[in-house]
Amino acid sequence: MKENDIRFIKLLILVNGAVPLALLVWDQAHKRLGANPQNFLILTTGMMTLIFLTLTMAVTPLRKITGWNWLIQFRRMLGLCAFFYGCLHFLCFFSLDRGFSISSTLTEMLKRKYLIVGSTALILMLPLAITSTNAMIKRLGGKHWRALHRLAYVAAICGVIHYYMQVKADVRQPLVFAAVLSVLLAWRLVVYWQRPKPAPAPAPAVKQG
Amino acid sequence: MKDANKIAGSEITPPAVYFNRRNFIRAGILAASAAATGVVYRKLNRVATGEIKTAQLEGVISASAATNAVPGFRVDEAETSLEDISHYNNFYEFSTDKEGVASAAADFDTKGWRVSVEGLVNKPQVFDLDDLLKISPPEERIYRMRCVEGWSMVIPWAGFSLSKLLDVVEPASGAKFVAFETLLDPRRMPGQRSDVLNWPYVEGLRMDEAMHPLTLLASGIYGRALPPQDGAPIRLVTPWKYGFKGIKSIVKIKLVATQPRTTWSEYASNEYGFYANVNPHVDHPRWSQATEQRIGESGRRPTLMFNGYEEQVGHLYAGMDLRKNF
Repeated sequence: MKENDIRFIKLLILVNGAVPLALLVWDQAHKRLGANPQNFLILTTGMMTLIFLTLTMAVTPLRKITGWNWLIQFRRMLGLCAFFYGCLHFLCFFSLDRGFSISSTLTEMLKRKYLIVGSTALILMLPLAITSTNAMIKRLGGKHWRALHRLAYVAAICGVIHYYMQVKADVRQPLVFAAVLSVLLAWRLVVYWQRPKPAPAPAPAVKQG
Repeated sequence: MKDANKIAGSEITPPAVYFNRRNFIRAGILAASAAATGVVYRKLNRVATGEIKTAQLEGVISASAATNAVPGFRVDEAETSLEDISHYNNFYEFSTDKEGVASAAADFDTKGWRVSVEGLVNKPQVFDLDDLLKISPPEERIYRMRCVEGWSMVIPWAGFSLSKLLDVVEPASGAKFVAFETLLDPRRMPGQRSDVLNWPYVEGLRMDEAMHPLTLLASGIYGRALPPQDGAPIRLVTPWKYGFKGIKSIVKIKLVATQPRTTWSEYASNEYGFYANVNPHVDHPRWSQATEQRIGESGRRPTLMFNGYEEQVGHLYAGMDLRKNF
């Protein structure tokens, strides 16, 4: 793939990733976030994080199934979008829910299970974002880099659990995320099990007689 | 003969045009995908708005003019707008999405509504709504409303104290609790088609709570008949308790001897109690109840004991362990 095409793909994700943010800012400026804009901002940024995480996780299966290797170019940008919205989600909680109070943010985060799980997801995404550059991939080496980036699975699972845990009664939406994520993870497991096994060492010849 | 495969120099697209066309296509892809993303976002994030056009109630006694007003009948805080009150609330019978209730309830028809008042009473009666509303003229009551989810409003209700209805049916001496029931009709209440809660919605009060003057049988908001999404045609309001105690669209009121089952405490008894008094010191197991987001304000405000009605209702719970009886 040409350098030029890769740049375009990056731009494409960047622009589309920015659309929800732009609409959030626009609606906020026009007081169109409904009766509880604080809650709307927190919920929507969280939702965007989960959506981008899910899209990130969908890239590899889609690439392997279709054979379109260029899809890999989408993965890093999608992952960074997820991280960006995750940070925004935390900032909304910190400012709108906790009134910029560091102490009340920390006590709440340590006291509430759903916040512990949610923070875990975000913290796990941090090293992934930092090591997302080409230079870092080279420095770590493909094998280590891939191992590290399997943390994305844990982050996505934590993210969905975090959502599920705070729903009052109607768990249908978190269950949709859980179902999609399960399919994407199950696909990986199946591929792992079906990987070509190293040829078994020939059995030592047993001397007959 | 001419070589068919040979392309005349004049037919080759000049590089400048070729690259322009490519940029043009790319710009198109960018714009189209961004627009599609925007449309999907808008579909997923609808915000409810709309006007309330229910009938104006007649003869509402304004809270400031009432002569028999009990302290607490009128909260001196900015009222939440009718738009917000009617487009942001829980009513699972229609939708589990607070901003989806208004549209889902828009066609709810309450014609021919009847309320049965029965059980341990001397004069059980099935009231036509009109007869029920004639028991006492509607009074304006400006109450705080605190949802268990951590948001709150100030709502100018119209209605009369439940005690006035109970006086008409004359509770028998054995009556210790009042049980309430919402309409069960999945055709008219689409939320009841899913089993997210155990329908019909039921609630209950202890007799002294039910007889307290603050306990309101409400039929209106802002001087208008209740819109369907807020519990038309008649609902309960207990301002010192979490909002879910305020059962909506009531069809049955039954006086009983033992504590009745209530929907949310049955759904999760460790999270929602029978009393459900607003209490900033007893957290919901999953979140804090110390503060609340007042709708229409920017910061969170501290939640008050009994939602600010301690003076009026505190004595009802004297000596009770409110951590156990949450």
